[in-house]
Amino acid sequence: MSNQGKMDCGRRRLVVATAAVGGVGAVAALVPFVSSLLPSERAKAAGAPVEVDISKLEPGQMMTVEWRGKPVWIINRTKEMLDTLPKLADQVADPKSDVASQQPDYAKNETRSIKPELLVVVGICTHLGCSPSSKFKAGAEEGMAADWVGGFLCPCHGSTFDFAGRVYKAKPAPTNLEVPPHVYLSDARILIGEDKKGA
Amino acid sequence: MAAGNFEKYKSDGSLGGNLLEWVDARFPATSMWKGHLSEYYAPKNFNFWYFFGSLALLVLVIQIVTGIFLVMHYKPDAALNAAGVPIAFASVEYIMRDVPGGWLIRYMHSTGASAFFIVVYLHMFRGLIYGSYRKPRELTWLFGVGIFLVLMGEAFFGYLLPWGQMSYWGAQVIVNLFGAIPVVGNDLSILIRGDFVVGDATLNRFFSFHVIAFPLVLLGLVAAHVLALHETGSNNPDGVEIKANKDENGIPRDGIPFHPYYTVKDIVGVVVFLMAFSAIMFWAPEGAGLFLETPNFYPADPLKTPPHIAPVWYFTPYYSILRAIVWNFFGLDAKFWGVVAMGASVVIFAFLPWLDRSPVKSIRYRGPITKVMITLFVICFFILGYLGTQSPSAMGELISQICTVFYFGFFLGMPWWSRMDKFKPVPERVTMK
Repeated sequence: MSNQGKMDCGRRRLVVATAAVGGVGAVAALVPFVSSLLPSERAKAAGAPVEVDISKLEPGQMMTVEWRGKPVWIINRTKEMLDTLPKLADQVADPKSDVASQQPDYAKNETRSIKPELLVVVGICTHLGCSPSSKFKAGAEEGMAADWVGGFLCPCHGSTFDFAGRVYKAKPAPTNLEVPPHVYLSDARILIGEDKKGA
Repeated sequence: MAAGNFEKYKSDGSLGGNLLEWVDARFPATSMWKGHLSEYYAPKNFNFWYFFGSLALLVLVIQIVTGIFLVMHYKPDAALNAAGVPIAFASVEYIMRDVPGGWLIRYMHSTGASAFFIVVYLHMFRGLIYGSYRKPRELTWLFGVGIFLVLMGEAFFGYLLPWGQMSYWGAQVIVNLFGAIPVVGNDLSILIRGDFVVGDATLNRFFSFHVIAFPLVLLGLVAAHVLALHETGSNNPDGVEIKANKDENGIPRDGIPFHPYYTVKDIVGVVVFLMAFSAIMFWAPEGAGLFLETPNFYPADPLKTPPHIAPVWYFTPYYSILRAIVWNFFGLDAKFWGVVAMGASVVIFAFLPWLDRSPVKSIRYRGPITKVMITLFVICFFILGYLGTQSPSAMGELISQICTVFYFGFFLGMPWWSRMDKFKPVPERVTMK
């Protein structure tokens, strides 16, 4: 492309500079559109803590409450359920709850709870967000394998969790179920979503 | 063939003639009519497999028309009404029960969604067996893959709108797939949902994408697909380039004008297609739970996943591939690789023009290796599709892993197996079988 070798370099620079400034403007114009896709102020404000009365929760029972649009399970575990936990240490992916994002420090223990029998956990599978079903009965009675000791099965991709929400090894879910921040206001009342009374 | 190479219309003095001359001086009407229809020369040996392009266009029209009328009554609102039912779900029930003719329009649209994928899959299979993606039609193929991707997005967004249990949990799973991307994943899925969970914000934006953004892109891609095809001319079951043999007027000897020959032929296809379409729409609109899944007759409940969730049938092969990946690699967990494999299984179609190294295009002149590979590929595709509708099981996982390996092996091994075959000589001219 000789073009008589008469390219006007000054003009070319101006064209490039104009295009560059215009391009910056065009990108800046994207900001309101992309930011409009983010959660609105109203959506962000909707995460208020939830107070739950657990006085009627009998041993072996489970209740579900909604917090931030997600199901939170509260399970009053029986002694048999709790006895399964130590035996599973080599079958679950994170027996000691070392992944810090999945529970507050006060739930980093074998039962993943403040009180050993009461488990408070977000009932959302850490794989792709389905809500696992309870399969509390040991053995094949509820369609599980014969050596099943009880826990949860995610219907979407087959991840299994024990009675502390710990995920079994070699399952699609990468981490244990999340324990939300929570605090006992009294023996019968839990506040889910906050750690401190009256905070 | 492109518009503009044709002489403008000269009026014969009649009123209609004068009008056409006036228009032609200002708009390439005659030129476009001739270039794309009456003097677009298509190979004369099109067979059964060549119905599905025009049928796809027909279904697109059905979806747009029925969609326009559904939007008049549908409300994208996740809030609960006085009866405690989400407004979006209730508005679909309202269309089904109270809007005169609403049930029929809605079933046309829901049947149309599945029909779209049936027709498009058959159209793609045609391309695969006759090598329609080969040079010089690579761009036609790429636009087609683009159409396929947009169609999948369109179907996915649309499936959320009835706000049933399957709508809700399907969207939850698919949006969370993006969360598997390292570093940015979580923020990206929040950006897509517009909230921390699938909710009203998600429903409204999916509605916007479904009725405005994606249809616009789809129409643009369809136009590009057809324009690119008409630039190169159509392939045919023999894979012979008809333009290599033209008569003294520059018209391919094996070509016939698209109109009236193929417009008339396609009308036969349309009639048969509409018979099948109507039969499903009137007698089995739920398609035995494949076209409209049972859990979607329950309103969305964010606290409870249905005991068995599965995508609609047209997504299940890719969903099986997602589930088949259960191993961690390179410090990234299986979830991420599952998503990568699922994405790759769709996008890999785009590379076909460069993976296929066979010296001939059509399966008619290719040997046993090609025939066996394509047959196995189709079988794998069906098995993956079937397994994707089933609950996870150990046996299903193993079979889906075997099929996934073959699925990718089919594509990635193609540069080798497509060359190793025995080939028959390709005729000079097309044959009429």
